[in-house]
Amino acid sequence: MGTVIKLAALGMIAVFAAYAANMAHDLAYMVNALIVFIVAVGLFIWTINRSNIPNRMPNGHGAPAEGYMDDVIRYGVIATALWGVVGFLAGVYIAFQLAFPELNLGYSFTSFGRLRPLHTSAVIFAFGGNALIATSFYVVQRTSAARLWGGNLAWFVFWGYQLTIVLAATAYLFGGSQSKEYAELPWHVDLWLTVVWVAYLAVFLGTIIKRKEPHIYVANWFYLSFIVTVAMLHVVNNLALPVSVFGSASYSAFSGVQDAMTQWWYGHNAVGFFLTAGFLGMMYYFVPKQAERPVYSYKLSIVHFWALIFLYIWAGPHHLHYTALPEWASTLGMVFSIILWMPSWGGMINGLMTLSGAWDKLRTDPIIRMMVVSIGFYGMSTFEGPMMSIKAVNSLSHYTDWTIGHVHSGALGWNGMITFGALYFLVPRLWNRERLYSLSLVNWHFWLATIGIVLYAASMWVTGIMEGLMWREYDAQGFLLNSFADTVGAKFPMYLVRGLGGVLFLVGAVIMCFNLYQTIRGKVRDERAPAGATVAAE
Amino acid sequence: MDTYSLLRQIADSWVLLVMFLFFLGVIVWVLRPGSSKLHEDIANIPLRNDSPRE
Repeated sequence: MGTVIKLAALGMIAVFAAYAANMAHDLAYMVNALIVFIVAVGLFIWTINRSNIPNRMPNGHGAPAEGYMDDVIRYGVIATALWGVVGFLAGVYIAFQLAFPELNLGYSFTSFGRLRPLHTSAVIFAFGGNALIATSFYVVQRTSAARLWGGNLAWFVFWGYQLTIVLAATAYLFGGSQSKEYAELPWHVDLWLTVVWVAYLAVFLGTIIKRKEPHIYVANWFYLSFIVTVAMLHVVNNLALPVSVFGSASYSAFSGVQDAMTQWWYGHNAVGFFLTAGFLGMMYYFVPKQAERPVYSYKLSIVHFWALIFLYIWAGPHHLHYTALPEWASTLGMVFSIILWMPSWGGMINGLMTLSGAWDKLRTDPIIRMMVVSIGFYGMSTFEGPMMSIKAVNSLSHYTDWTIGHVHSGALGWNGMITFGALYFLVPRLWNRERLYSLSLVNWHFWLATIGIVLYAASMWVTGIMEGLMWREYDAQGFLLNSFADTVGAKFPMYLVRGLGGVLFLVGAVIMCFNLYQTIRGKVRDERAPAGATVAAE
Repeated sequence: MDTYSLLRQIADSWVLLVMFLFFLGVIVWVLRPGSSKLHEDIANIPLRNDSPRE
């Protein structure tokens, strides 16, 4: 009976998608509709095939599911690594586009304006999002001592999320975007993501509710706040009226400065809850696991959590200094951003001090080194951010490359490195391997990524401050000295350095993929212990 | 009074106070006597449970 309903629904979706593709007002919508059509038809055939052979799957109907549900996490780990490389590659390419405009190639599909949202969405939502979903499923099961709730709903979350990514990426390439930064998804993809996200919340919350531990470990608090807040932000910021059911264009429910404020309330809390709270959930689980000791102070972690929740939500207006936004709102955003420094550093100290008594691991374990550098970048960018939110500093830094550098030291340093650490932790455990294929490759990845980030951040500081100073330079008569094109010309060398930093980071990620692939295949590279370990043994 | 001013006034006074007191309450609750043993137990959750419990 269930199969019949499923088939009827899939058939209807396929027919509607085909009709929508035929009626489409724009190319992006047509491509999206065709993808939905192909997926629905594929699922239709798959469902029929599966219904002919009852109980073929070892864990199919009949047999009760046992142990932790790790299959979906294995898929999530692979998706994270692959999307990561795609996103980094897109980033490197558009970095060189800024240095060499010829790389736009003259096609609309390959222009900076379309590839840039592809890059940001690929790294934040595809790489980061898959990392969050996979690790949250792993962590919530281990800290609740319970199997994932909802059975195959977790698979729906995984595949539904991948579909969102593919729809978004193709929409951007073919010109569909609602022009809100980090929320470019056209309205129809927004709706689909909402469905997937509610399912994600149900799986996560259901697992917490049926937990066998009396208490909810702090990592789950962070993950849960990330899921709930992102749902709220996504729904409110994307309130919009489509022009037509058969087109990707829509108009926001807000206008003017209200729209801008809603967008940056969303935008900054995407940073605060997607890229910070969610990844702190990772930190509070994987750092204690890898260090094999409990978190430094559990009390501090609770205060960290509540302070972050109470403060972050107000920081958004600092994106709109010196605009039509009322000054009190702008000041409010600035003040809360500065106060936010305290809980951020409380969390950083908590993460770092977890290693107290085990600092020697820093020398012998490249994975813990990766996690420590990640926490270091968390501390650095959560100091830089509040500083840049101060109006006087912002008047220099805003609209310059300094902002881009800040974002990347947070995203590459904090989010990237903690995710790499988590992947290196997870793969041997999920595939039951004794250890990683090669620790010296982890070492290579560590240094390539770290040097890459340093090149990136340093070149962006230089070019950002230079550009800000050039923009405000007057001559004796009070005329501006530099035209915009002058600043663009002056930035060229720094753009090359930035591109090089990106290349190093990308190469590191490719090395990681090779290392993880070999680990999954069950290979172990015969290698001497890394340099530090031999010293320790003497 | 228009909706904006009304909401603004509520947010500026009672809601602000309630949120601030809640936050102070959290800190007091965390530091309450006797919580250390409990927190130590919770902090060790990641280090057990390699397989689900029945």
